[in-house]
Amino acid sequence: MERALLSVEDLHVAIGEKLILKGMNLRIDKGEVHVIMGPNGAGKSTLAHILMGNPRYTLVRGNMAFEGQNINSLKTDERARLGMFLSFQYPEEISGITLENFLRSSKGSITGKNPSVLSFYKGLKEKMSGLGMGEEYAKRNLNEGFSGGEKKKSEILQMLVLEPKLAILDETDSGLDIDAVRIVASGIREYMDGEHSAIIITHHRAILDYVKPDFVHILLNGRIIESGGAELIEIIENKGFDHLRESAKSGV
Amino acid sequence: MVELERQDNYIDDINRELYDIRDEFSYSYKADKGLTPEIIREISGKKNEPKWMLDFRLKSLQIYNELDVPPWSPDISDLDIDNIVTYVKPKTDMKISWDDIPDEIKDTFVRLGIPQAEHESLAGVGAQYDSEVVYHSVRQYLLDQGVIYTDMESAVRDYGDIIKKHFMTCVPPRDHKFAALHGAVWSGGSFVYVPKGVKVDIPLQSYFRSNAPGAGQFEHTLIIVDEGAFLHFIEGCSAPKYSVNNLHAGCVELFVREGARLRYSTIENWSKNMYNLNTKRCIVEKNGSIEWISGSFGSRVSMLYPMSVLKGEGASSEFTGVTFAGNGQYLDTGAKVIHGAPYTTSTINAKSIAKDGGVAVYRGIVKIAPRAHHTKSTISCDSLMMDNNSRSDTIPVLDIRNDEVDIGHEAKIGRISDEAIFYLMTRGLSESDARAMIVRGFVEPIAKELPLEYAVEMNNLIRLELEGSIG
Repeated sequence: MERALLSVEDLHVAIGEKLILKGMNLRIDKGEVHVIMGPNGAGKSTLAHILMGNPRYTLVRGNMAFEGQNINSLKTDERARLGMFLSFQYPEEISGITLENFLRSSKGSITGKNPSVLSFYKGLKEKMSGLGMGEEYAKRNLNEGFSGGEKKKSEILQMLVLEPKLAILDETDSGLDIDAVRIVASGIREYMDGEHSAIIITHHRAILDYVKPDFVHILLNGRIIESGGAELIEIIENKGFDHLRESAKSGV
Repeated sequence: MVELERQDNYIDDINRELYDIRDEFSYSYKADKGLTPEIIREISGKKNEPKWMLDFRLKSLQIYNELDVPPWSPDISDLDIDNIVTYVKPKTDMKISWDDIPDEIKDTFVRLGIPQAEHESLAGVGAQYDSEVVYHSVRQYLLDQGVIYTDMESAVRDYGDIIKKHFMTCVPPRDHKFAALHGAVWSGGSFVYVPKGVKVDIPLQSYFRSNAPGAGQFEHTLIIVDEGAFLHFIEGCSAPKYSVNNLHAGCVELFVREGARLRYSTIENWSKNMYNLNTKRCIVEKNGSIEWISGSFGSRVSMLYPMSVLKGEGASSEFTGVTFAGNGQYLDTGAKVIHGAPYTTSTINAKSIAKDGGVAVYRGIVKIAPRAHHTKSTISCDSLMMDNNSRSDTIPVLDIRNDEVDIGHEAKIGRISDEAIFYLMTRGLSESDARAMIVRGFVEPIAKELPLEYAVEMNNLIRLELEGSIG
């Protein structure tokens, strides 16, 4: 069997004293799109943040490996340099640093080589126009004063520029209108070319009309209670999470 | 070959080598320690000063002895004024060609990038090495337009009338104890006069550097921008470090005439044992404007509050400043504005960063006189705390004596959020790079007001300051 891109085993994660993830397993291979659904508080964002090593979350037990390398104790930036990326549900606003300068520094940190200003700007401009972002966004401070939709586009732009092997998209589609969902989804589709992998955390099926998942996982109370294909989305849509909760309890 | 001696007094200063290299240098003349009328006479005599200046110095010394340190001042009890040699005259006399300057002095300036800057883009450089200005030049075409740019000693001799009329009228010796001290022992500095209607299109700059152990630095800067004229003057300060506490009590007096505009930029980077007690003030006539850009780094204690006196109708003032207080530093900085006439406007935009137990205080006053109706003032103070050991205070005073004014004031004290650091780190930046990026972003509104090489120097200073605390 080929080496997994990401493998997560028996993951237990806490915030402070409170245990959020209670034994989670996940395997993602190259080129796959995994969707994680679940009600609020199920632990979806916790998964996204622990994978990137957010110090607010405590790894209680379990292992995370990226391309066979255990990443449990790697710093966030080291994980980013391995090819992991997180699109935030609530991206931070950073004053005084333009989106362009920020992304050029990031690209330089990840590749170990600073890109030339001109060619970088050219590539950036193309990707921005694909996302319906005007050139002026390059000169604006990173996410500062951006609307909710603009912030999400900025996240997808960053993903396209940094070209990670695995993108974790934490509710990238939340709070977006239909047009914005379509644009963001087309950005994700551009990135999903068979080489790249993604974990899409979402509440809504709208984005899944554009991006076809290989696997769907239902996260409930800190564990994946069901995994399957796109057909799971239909079940959630029709019967809600409560149905699955009942099934989980009765052990069906 | 120059022997370089390095002294690192604090562990977190290791990365400041570039600024902390002391040159071996011999002095032709050194005043006795302590302050007496005899020393004042000696200083004045060495400079071949007219009698009025000697009298002025002696009078100032008398005032100095009468006055106390202000009660609100940071602790400066460590400062033993009698132990500070107030006047150190470098071996060299005024030179007009860079090639004639002794190698030791040149070497220091080369390290600081002065000659390159001069060759590349600046209209003129007056660099002060300790107390005397050793190098001065002005581009010929400025001279042709009647612009005067010279050292203060020459100005006292060559432009006696104009100096006598203005010298320490803006900042009188009675203002405070260190202004009086300055009046008694001032040495070096620059005089600039820009005639009516002349726009100096490239910045003039001076670079002060204090190099002798235990030597005070008391340079005097006097600038007159005549009606409708424009000038951008840049003052840079950098001092290496010694075990004896150093004192800097400079004085800057600016006169902006009707319809004139002056931009005065400073990046001060003092060694961490320096007491920087500097006084800067500007009088602005009708429809004139003053713009202060101020970066305060280094020093043990700083007390610095550039003041704008808006004397004429429609005069305006803009202050943009950043202060960085690290371990062992107490930087008490801010700005003052006096609205003395109707339709005057002022803006104060002050930012400070405190880390490793450093203390950054914003202290400012905006006074609006009874007759100054239709005035407008906006004050914004922003502090960034790098950790829980540091301190940041904001002490703004508003003294408003009429009803027809428009005042805005906001103050923010913030910490670098862990979430912002995490966000940047998910994009591949190391923790220290992420912090540096946030701090650079914080001071960006000031950096963008500076000429490129100064913005670069400020970013370098910030990087050096930050490296001290991050493992």
